[in-house]
Amino acid sequence: MNYLDLFKLAVPETIVVLTALAVLAIDVVTLRGLETRFRFIVAGMIACVGSFGAIAWMLISHPNANVFGGMFVVDPTTQFVKIALLALTIFTILLSMDSDFTDHVGEYLALILLGAVGMMFLVSAEDLLMVFIALELTSLSLYILAAFNKRDIKSAEASLKYFLFGGMSAAFTLFGLSLVYGLSGTTNLPEIAAALAGKGLDPLLVVAIVMVVIGFGFKVAAVPFHLWAPDAYQGAPTPSAAFIASGSKVASFFIFAKIMAIGFAGKEIQGSGAWHDYAAGWVPVVAIVAALSMILGNLVAIVQTSVRRLIAYSAIAHAGYMLIAVLAHNQQSLASLIYYAVTYGITTIGAFGVVAVVEQGEGGEKLSDFAGLSRRAPLVSFCMLIFMLSLAGIPPLARFFGKFYVFTAAVNAGAPNLGLLWLVILAVATSAISLFYYLQVLKQIYVQEGPPEPLKVPVITQVVLVLLAALVVLFGCAPNLLLGWL
Amino acid sequence: MLAWTIYISFLGVLVLMLLPKGNAALARKVALLTAFAGLGIAIAGFVQYKSAIAVPGAEKIVSVTDADWIPSLGIKYHLAADGVSLTLVLLTGLAAVAGILFSWNIEHRAKEFFAFYLALIGGVYGVFLSFDLFLLFVFYEIAIVPKYFIIAIWGSTRREYGAMKLALYSFVGSAMVLVGLIGAYVVSGAHSFGLAELAKYSYPPHFQMWAFPVVFIGFAILAGMWPFHTWAPTGHVAAPTAASMLLAGVVMKLGAYGCLRVAMTLFPDGLLAWRDCFAILAIIGIIYGAMVALVQKDFKFVIGYSSVSHMGFVLLGLMTLNAIGLSGAVLQMFSHGVIAGLLFAVVGRMVYDRTHTRDLDDLQGMRLSKVIPFAAVTFVIASIASMGLPGFSGFAAEFQVLIGAWRAFPTLAVLTGIGILIGIAYTLRVLQKAFYGDGEECPADHEKPNGGEHADSEIGAPCPPISVPERLGAVLLIGVSLLIGLFPRLLLDVIIPSFDSPLFDWLRRTR
Repeated sequence: MNYLDLFKLAVPETIVVLTALAVLAIDVVTLRGLETRFRFIVAGMIACVGSFGAIAWMLISHPNANVFGGMFVVDPTTQFVKIALLALTIFTILLSMDSDFTDHVGEYLALILLGAVGMMFLVSAEDLLMVFIALELTSLSLYILAAFNKRDIKSAEASLKYFLFGGMSAAFTLFGLSLVYGLSGTTNLPEIAAALAGKGLDPLLVVAIVMVVIGFGFKVAAVPFHLWAPDAYQGAPTPSAAFIASGSKVASFFIFAKIMAIGFAGKEIQGSGAWHDYAAGWVPVVAIVAALSMILGNLVAIVQTSVRRLIAYSAIAHAGYMLIAVLAHNQQSLASLIYYAVTYGITTIGAFGVVAVVEQGEGGEKLSDFAGLSRRAPLVSFCMLIFMLSLAGIPPLARFFGKFYVFTAAVNAGAPNLGLLWLVILAVATSAISLFYYLQVLKQIYVQEGPPEPLKVPVITQVVLVLLAALVVLFGCAPNLLLGWL
Repeated sequence: MLAWTIYISFLGVLVLMLLPKGNAALARKVALLTAFAGLGIAIAGFVQYKSAIAVPGAEKIVSVTDADWIPSLGIKYHLAADGVSLTLVLLTGLAAVAGILFSWNIEHRAKEFFAFYLALIGGVYGVFLSFDLFLLFVFYEIAIVPKYFIIAIWGSTRREYGAMKLALYSFVGSAMVLVGLIGAYVVSGAHSFGLAELAKYSYPPHFQMWAFPVVFIGFAILAGMWPFHTWAPTGHVAAPTAASMLLAGVVMKLGAYGCLRVAMTLFPDGLLAWRDCFAILAIIGIIYGAMVALVQKDFKFVIGYSSVSHMGFVLLGLMTLNAIGLSGAVLQMFSHGVIAGLLFAVVGRMVYDRTHTRDLDDLQGMRLSKVIPFAAVTFVIASIASMGLPGFSGFAAEFQVLIGAWRAFPTLAVLTGIGILIGIAYTLRVLQKAFYGDGEECPADHEKPNGGEHADSEIGAPCPPISVPERLGAVLLIGVSLLIGLFPRLLLDVIIPSFDSPLFDWLRRTR
């Protein structure tokens, strides 16, 4: 393996890094002093073109490689997740183009791109060291992105909370990973599984598993490690919050599933075992975290008056649903997890986009600020209708099929004695609760009367929202468009 | 061709969304045209099916569309029809047209109203025509959301509460159905959601023991089965006229249809085990609904509870597990859809939109039979049909259910008679109070609801006369009820042969 081959495999990542640097340089050298909006559009376009380039490269080349013993793994699944991540990045960038919260345009966009690079490496890692490095690259970019609105003290609060919790969870993760290394003598995931197989439940291994679950539980905002999420979602600038809620979530879930499924595979190596063959210990831990997330997320969301916090608690609930897919672990469950995470990401970015529109027009994002929106901005309202119903899991929208697929995979995992059925029943029950608060938002928009004058909606945002809504409908009506890849 | 009932409804939604704002007249014409097209297709499909099965040995299930949808899970886009579903498709077409005729006076956000309305209709058509259970479930949930908005935006008494209650009840019901469906899919290992494929498998008894009640209750919530009926009266009362007509007319049938098509077809062993239990619940529903209707002060609540009572007959008919009881149940679905639609139209549109009160004591003082005689006559006819007098569809249907019930549960059938008697009592009471009171007070002195300009323009006039669309709608529904009452064979000739199809193997097995 020479460096040219490695470079060829890592072309998409390289393109994105170079784009980040280019955006930074061009903004500093040529655009400084111009109007912020103009700078956002020019720099944003460059960033989008770079991301498109990386996507295009992945679409035409189909490498299949495992470099340096799992340091960098490229296969169709990772390529698909990376394409999805870049698409989410592009949508985030497009949504940020109409914003005016910062003068540091180049830095902001470059950080988004660097965060995306971290996520891409994370997806490709099958080695604990690479996992940790990529995780830190992503996290550090996201901390700064959350703090980017320097004029708003809430943004600083959001970032500080996110950072403190994040730093702590990184410590937990690292501690857990080091124990795993101590137990197995390797950092490569399949080798770890081989080393741990058949050893039984070492108390040290239990500690290691719990530490890893805590670390990732924080990343995916699962109860009881969710406390940062509502504040971060509320205080961070909208595009940052959207990125944290979508891209970061997709990548974290993917790597979490990978570590659990490959690293702690238990009896069978390479993660081909059924769920009860896993290294004993982690199934109950994750199951409890999933159940708590679904219950608490959905119940607390009911009483929220801030739409951002509502989305945050719903995100916690959704993390619970996705953890079910992590638990199920059969041929279907990884596909269902990716489908769920990607469509969830698309929907959430859209929802944040609508929140941004209302915030710019009304100066707030309380539920009451949405009153009568359907008469003030019909198109945006219709998009929000689609996003909210998708989150609630109403067919034929994307999240319905995601939910359905995850549940089917989970029940299938326990067949014929339906071992995970209790978790699925809990999930179905809590998702019935969730309709209530999503309808609260829609009630404000469609039923309540608001101020009569029309709301100004920036053109780019409107186009992006319509595009996202169309994707939600499309992937819901034809899930095969995504499933065909997996 | 039948698939176009679905497509044309959603096409209508699209067209309505693109129409210019504020042109209510155009919106309602587009909606009416769409509904008529749907009804036309439904009638054509019905006639075609009828002549097709007249040939001996003909296939009883006609496939409409069958294409792969999500091959990795074995999900198909499979639309088909048999006599049961066609009867209900026909009912949906009728209810859709009648509902639009009775909401001709909607001016407030008319375009959106009809868009939600047609979306609901499209979903309902979809449920009745789906023979893939995933697809059926998709349409079933599509029908939930428009109901919420129609009631919450255009409704009256406690509309947001009623709307949310209805939406949550429906969603909880469909969540239960989802659990059962996924369970059946996994346990059967058929790698298919096709109704026929899943029905072929015989599920282990211990699985059926819990799966049947879960799925059955999930659907029966929407069918208004006691004690899960409480959404129905509040929802009906809160809803605008057209929505009450649809709720009682077709949405409750969605639930009953689901019970028959999914729960009973897939889990016959569970059905046998739980049969008595649900039959008793059905009879409690019949009697309880009738007794509560007897003491209501609000005109619309009377009709709302009478719907619960009448839907009890449907569920009882299903539980008889013999051909005559089942065909009676299906006929009762059709008949109740027409008659309840008519009753709600009289209460909501003809009376409430003119007097702005539904309080029976207030109405008693108004002598409405003198003021709006057409409404009074319509209501008398509808009452007769609802009480089950021979000549109207209600009689043909309930009579069959009773014969079926007599064979299956002789003791319970006697109790049903009590329900019918109370039914006559509350109908006569409300008829007398609402239309043939003794006061001389003139209506229209009450405050206006948040109705449209139409209502405002009538201020000062004691009572606007019954408009042409209302007359047309009333004549249409009365005509259909009479027709089916006099010639029940029109429907029974397609319903009963359908029971020969493999989908009803359980009927022969459980006999």
